Amino acid sequence: MHFLFEPGLLASGPVRTALLVGGIVAVASGVIGVFTVIRSQSFAGHSLADVATTGGSGAFLVGLNQFWGFLAAGIAAAGLMEAIGVQRRRGRDVATGVVLGAALGAAALFLYLGTQQTSTTGASFTILFGSMFVISPDTVPALIASGAVAVLAVAVLARVLLLTSLSPDLARARGVNVRLVGMAYLIALAISVSLSAVAIGAVLSTALLIGPAATALRLTKSPVRAMAASALSGVAATWLGIVLAYDSDDWPPHGHGWPVSFFVVVLVVAGYLLTYVRRPRRLAPRSPHEGAECSPA
Amino acid sequence: MSQETAQHKTEQADLLKLEGIGVRLGGRLVLSDVTFGIRKGEFTGLIGPNGAGKTTLLRVILGLQEPSGGQVLIDGEPRQAHHNSSIGYVPQKLVIDPDMPLRARDVVSLGLDGHRLGFGFPSSRRRELIDMALRDVGAEKFADARVGELSGGEQQRVLIAHALISRPRMLLLDEPLANLDLKSEQEIVALLGKLARDNEISVLLSAHDMNPLLSVMDRIVYVANGHVATGSTDEVVTSEGLTRLYGHHVDVVRVHNRVLVVAGE
Ligand SMILES: Nc1ncnc2c1ncn2[C@@H]1O[C@H](COP(=O)(O)OP(=O)(O)OP(=O)(O)O)[C@@H](O)[C@H]1O
Ligand SMILES: [Mg+2]
Repeated sequence: MHFLFEPGLLASGPVRTALLVGGIVAVASGVIGVFTVIRSQSFAGHSLADVATTGGSGAFLVGLNQFWGFLAAGIAAAGLMEAIGVQRRRGRDVATGVVLGAALGAAALFLYLGTQQTSTTGASFTILFGSMFVISPDTVPALIASGAVAVLAVAVLARVLLLTSLSPDLARARGVNVRLVGMAYLIALAISVSLSAVAIGAVLSTALLIGPAATALRLTKSPVRAMAASALSGVAATWLGIVLAYDSDDWPPHGHGWPVSFFVVVLVVAGYLLTYVRRPRRLAPRSPHEGAECSPA
Repeated sequence: MSQETAQHKTEQADLLKLEGIGVRLGGRLVLSDVTFGIRKGEFTGLIGPNGAGKTTLLRVILGLQEPSGGQVLIDGEPRQAHHNSSIGYVPQKLVIDPDMPLRARDVVSLGLDGHRLGFGFPSSRRRELIDMALRDVGAEKFADARVGELSGGEQQRVLIAHALISRPRMLLLDEPLANLDLKSEQEIVALLGKLARDNEISVLLSAHDMNPLLSVMDRIVYVANGHVATGSTDEVVTSEGLTRLYGHHVDVVRVHNRVLVVAGE
């Protein structure tokens, strides 16, 4: 194991912060991502990430920690998406297309101005692609608290979200305010995307949201197990990514570690692809009942 | 049904009553002046051609569609939120993704408290209730399979168990027989007939073909042309009655215990 765990790994402050924050982010993204996939809201997640980029770069420009920028922009975008109706597909595509274009344009401007001010490209890189090794320890409590709030909110809403994804009418008929639940979920999603943007960058944040969840949904049958598997595989990819990035200091070109986000995303995608290597699910008919003549599709 | 129980039922007050319901959709009056009642333990067929307004009527009863006029009464009082739990519902067509992480038993479990916030901790009592509901509809064989991977008939059973586990007094089913083969159709109809009889659940089932229901239907609500006609099958399904309802000539033909409604000249 010595070749993997370089000596001094756990003694390093930034590494410990990265492992802690990365773990929290992976759990939040994993749990929330399961519902993002079930509700077919990957697009919403991606839009939130784009808008978060604007917030993060704006916050950097005015000297705030980028997490607050991600969070404020994400929650504002969630409200806006609800207002223009993410449910209505046609209106949604056009309206979000326009809003996202404007948001990314503003992000480009903020990043440019930021670079002029500090004459480094490091900050732009951190906002777009993240770096868990430069997370400021001051924000750690806020990151942990936000992650806890988002996970708790989704856990409390889990049954209602499942019923709603089974059939919104079924939920409405039982007295569920489907719209309010959708809004609450979108806010939790915005928080989760902001966390993920801090960890692996705004551009890559959806990878951590969708990848582990998609992997888990291929492997598990029940909702609780899907959430657990998604969180676990996200944590595994994140931690292993951190270890590999730490090790990569010794890799060519010497003296520069590879970006940790690269490793995390590669591991997430590898995990997903691995699920296709498994033997195909169930070849034999499940029950005699299924074999009945002309059973409908 | 014996003469005596039939007598008893007519004396009962209606569990559900629609009074002068009108529904306007997209500026068009889809239904007008719909009045009918449903009694405890009765099996009612909601029959009509495509687009007649069957789903719309069920949505009005469920409180999902605001009527433009009239009222829905449950136990004689206007329908309110607290009546939700008295009504079980099986929607028309659910498209469930095969990747949806819900086993048949999870769907049934959502019928128990899927509308509530908070966590549903597993307990042996809960498991027993779920197993019982699955057994009641003959779904125990695929209890642990993902719903998205079940056949149409199997999904239908699971959804009926989902609707029944909260012990509603009324069960509304929207086209549950569509896409079923003959055998599953007969099994589901027999199952629903038994539920109505033994558990005194009022069943309101929509279908475009009344024939599979003739053996179990106590009453028919025939929807066409924006209006309904209601009564026993023999009263409602006549050439004169349906001609009046449709507003153009139709012939009712009875052959081999089947009823055919055919458009006339
Ligand atoms: N949202 C809507 N806006 C406008 N018209 C609608 C809307 N929903 C339904 N309709 C119309 O209302 C009528 C009744 O529809 P409904 O779905 O109740 O029919 P149905 O009897 O259930 O038909 P089917 O047998 O095909 O299920 C149809 O003519 C339909 O086109
Ligand atoms: Mg319908």
